[in-house]
Amino acid sequence: MSDTFDLDGTPVPFEPGQTVLQAALTAGRYIPHLCYHPEFKPHGSCKVCTVKVGGRTAASCTYPAQAGLVIESETEEINALRRTLVQMLFAEGNHFCPSCEKSGNCLLQALGYDLGVTTAGFRHMFPDRPVDASHPDLWIDFNRCILCELCVRASCEVDGKCVFALSGRGITKHLVVNSESGRLGDTDFSPDDKAAHVCPVGAILPKRVGFAVPIGARRFDPSPISAQALVDAPRPLTTSVKPCTSCEGGE
Amino acid sequence: MDLETVLGRHPRRPESLLQVLRDIHEVHNHIPPGMAEQVAEALNVPLARVRGVIGFYSFLSETPQGEYRLLFSDNITDRMLGNQDLMQALCGKLWLEQGKVSEDGLVSVDATSCTGMCDQGPALLANGRAITRLNHQRINEIAELVRNHVPVAEWPAEFFQVDDNIRLSGILLDCTHMAGQALEAALDRGKDGVISELNQSGLRGRGGAGFPTGRKWAACKDAQSDERYVVCNADEGEPGTFKDRVLLTRHADLLFEGMTVCGLAVGAKQGFLYLRGEYRYLLEPLEEILAKRRAAGLLGNCIRGHDGFDFDIAIHLGAGAYVCGEESALIESLEGKRGIPRNRPPFPVTHGYLQKPTVVNNVETFCAAALVTLRGGDWYKGLGTAQSAGTKLLSVSGDCARPGIYEYPFGVTVRQVLEDCGAAGTLAVQVGGPSGICIGSHEFDRKLAFEDLATAGAFMIFDDTRDMFEVAHNFTDFFAHESCGFCTPCRVGTSMLKSIMTKVAEGHGTRHELNEVECLDKVLQQSAHCGLGHTACNPTLDMLKRFRPAFERRLKSLDFEPAFDLDGALAPARAMTGRDDARAHLHNETS
Repeated sequence: MSDTFDLDGTPVPFEPGQTVLQAALTAGRYIPHLCYHPEFKPHGSCKVCTVKVGGRTAASCTYPAQAGLVIESETEEINALRRTLVQMLFAEGNHFCPSCEKSGNCLLQALGYDLGVTTAGFRHMFPDRPVDASHPDLWIDFNRCILCELCVRASCEVDGKCVFALSGRGITKHLVVNSESGRLGDTDFSPDDKAAHVCPVGAILPKRVGFAVPIGARRFDPSPISAQALVDAPRPLTTSVKPCTSCEGGE
Repeated sequence: MDLETVLGRHPRRPESLLQVLRDIHEVHNHIPPGMAEQVAEALNVPLARVRGVIGFYSFLSETPQGEYRLLFSDNITDRMLGNQDLMQALCGKLWLEQGKVSEDGLVSVDATSCTGMCDQGPALLANGRAITRLNHQRINEIAELVRNHVPVAEWPAEFFQVDDNIRLSGILLDCTHMAGQALEAALDRGKDGVISELNQSGLRGRGGAGFPTGRKWAACKDAQSDERYVVCNADEGEPGTFKDRVLLTRHADLLFEGMTVCGLAVGAKQGFLYLRGEYRYLLEPLEEILAKRRAAGLLGNCIRGHDGFDFDIAIHLGAGAYVCGEESALIESLEGKRGIPRNRPPFPVTHGYLQKPTVVNNVETFCAAALVTLRGGDWYKGLGTAQSAGTKLLSVSGDCARPGIYEYPFGVTVRQVLEDCGAAGTLAVQVGGPSGICIGSHEFDRKLAFEDLATAGAFMIFDDTRDMFEVAHNFTDFFAHESCGFCTPCRVGTSMLKSIMTKVAEGHGTRHELNEVECLDKVLQQSAHCGLGHTACNPTLDMLKRFRPAFERRLKSLDFEPAFDLDGALAPARAMTGRDDARAHLHNETS
């Protein structure tokens, strides 16, 4: 590790093949992010990790690290952009933090707090999204889905099942389930699947678990998300890899 | 026709998914129950992925769309020609609500994005076939034909007449190229010779971005790989553009020759023409030309007797997705997937179709490349301007006496074009379509060229009777409809822009909406994933910059007004009771 780039005035070392976000997190430097997961190849859809590279904006999770780059991240301009993007995600779905099992462990909520999202910002869309509770052990609350595709990717790339995919386009884009009925209960989805453990929000949750960890003792209760960069540093997959041969996961 | 017949037409691999679904749709007007499952099994893709593809493309649907699916082209030029009235009239005659299938399952009527008939609109697609020059008489006839269950194939031929409307021609449109001529020239020049002539010519991509064609071909040729591909982007989806339609109609041989020359130059054996679904009617004539070329030894193995020069072209049809005009989304679509733009780099020249080096060029670019091969780079460079060599086809529509195709050397002024097409009292010109730029009369001396106004060719004219707010509103709706939904800013932002414009249009706008538009425009520009998102804010940006009064006069002088419309909330109740009289409405102060 000899080469470095400059992030907000201090050097960040990187290994060949790393993206700007991966290198920053490895070095314990936080750049806000949402659809990125330390065990998956970044795909860059949420755009919360946007930074300025040499004066031009780019998603840091997919931008290849190069020696000598000058990157601005912690500026009011960029954080204002991120705040707006987080507000957009809140406005797009139906997010009721006070009653959500994921509260305190939710990346979207944690980002909202950390970026200082204090108002709705936009008129909420209140989409009509039914809940799928057909599976004996897991349930999907589509109201909370932020379309990060982590479950899609995990199910195809790790579990080899392709339980999830995306349909629709634009604002009607939505998660679909791989069964004739379209219901989760008719798939081979299992609580042991990687896809059951990657949702950054509370869209995919185990059944019969409710507030087992009390509010106040959850991941983002003791320290804000920005103080937990190393937790998200890239790491090898924790589950055995048996990818689906017929497709390449998410978009 | 059964599924096996459809499957038999295409290779049994995941890449065929979209083409198979299109074929099924053409027979049944939807994907019937159980069919998606069979397709998933036959092509070895997960069912959810099949559903994902069906859900992505506008023309595909799992629910029945009626025996007759009538889709009105809804570009602003169609609106200016009265398509809204005509659609209303047709819905009335067929006892229909827009967007819903009639109760007997016979017919549905809805709007679709521009179908590329702006010079002969208003237009519609009847089960995918283009009908032009709609008027009330034609609408009456269509309603009658539908009611009498006459198959679309038996409707009067004049409905489907599409004119070329060539008003001004130049080196490209006047070209009397004989099949094989450019190919002979290419074989004489050799691979490197072809590319060096292209470099010498200064030819740049005609899709709008203007990347030097010679450099693109060279990069593909030099990329390490065992296979390479040539792709022609005929997904002419930019509203207001229709010049590729005319090239495909009149100069397909030249186009295929350009593609074959490219195959020779870069070392590709397979080419694809990605034809937009709206031009479905061109498929058979194009296939015929391909067959002739094969018979003449201009496609296939050992072309012109040259050992190792193997190249063929397959046609893929789109299914109603503007974003597939973006080259990496187009490649995804060619691979049978949802048309989501890829992360770049890597670029298609190194990682394109099936991750192999791929040249993607516009129809016009391949035609021009064939001309350059035939007549040399120096000759081509002699036309146009310093940074924009050659000629450009413009698709002229809107308020003018002679809409149609005009070919000019680059550098022509907007004023000159307006004069030639007989435009009077022009207020504004939309150059390059909704993703381009809207200029006002003080800018009409600007030049159409990469140095000034870069354009893929759309040229929509608005005279002083037009409300530029309506134009921006139409374009904003278009982008919201066509956003692929991959990234947050475009998926949510275009939808928010659409609802803000609707709120303003309905008379509830305030300064707050103006601020929101400015905020959203900035977010889209800064963080959208692809060009569609970056340019989706252009209509509102241009309007606020150049035609601000058109927006401001619609605002109430309040700081904030809720978007909730009390009277509007009663609409379902009115629909259910069949009432629309004054007493069924809340008192409205503005009326």
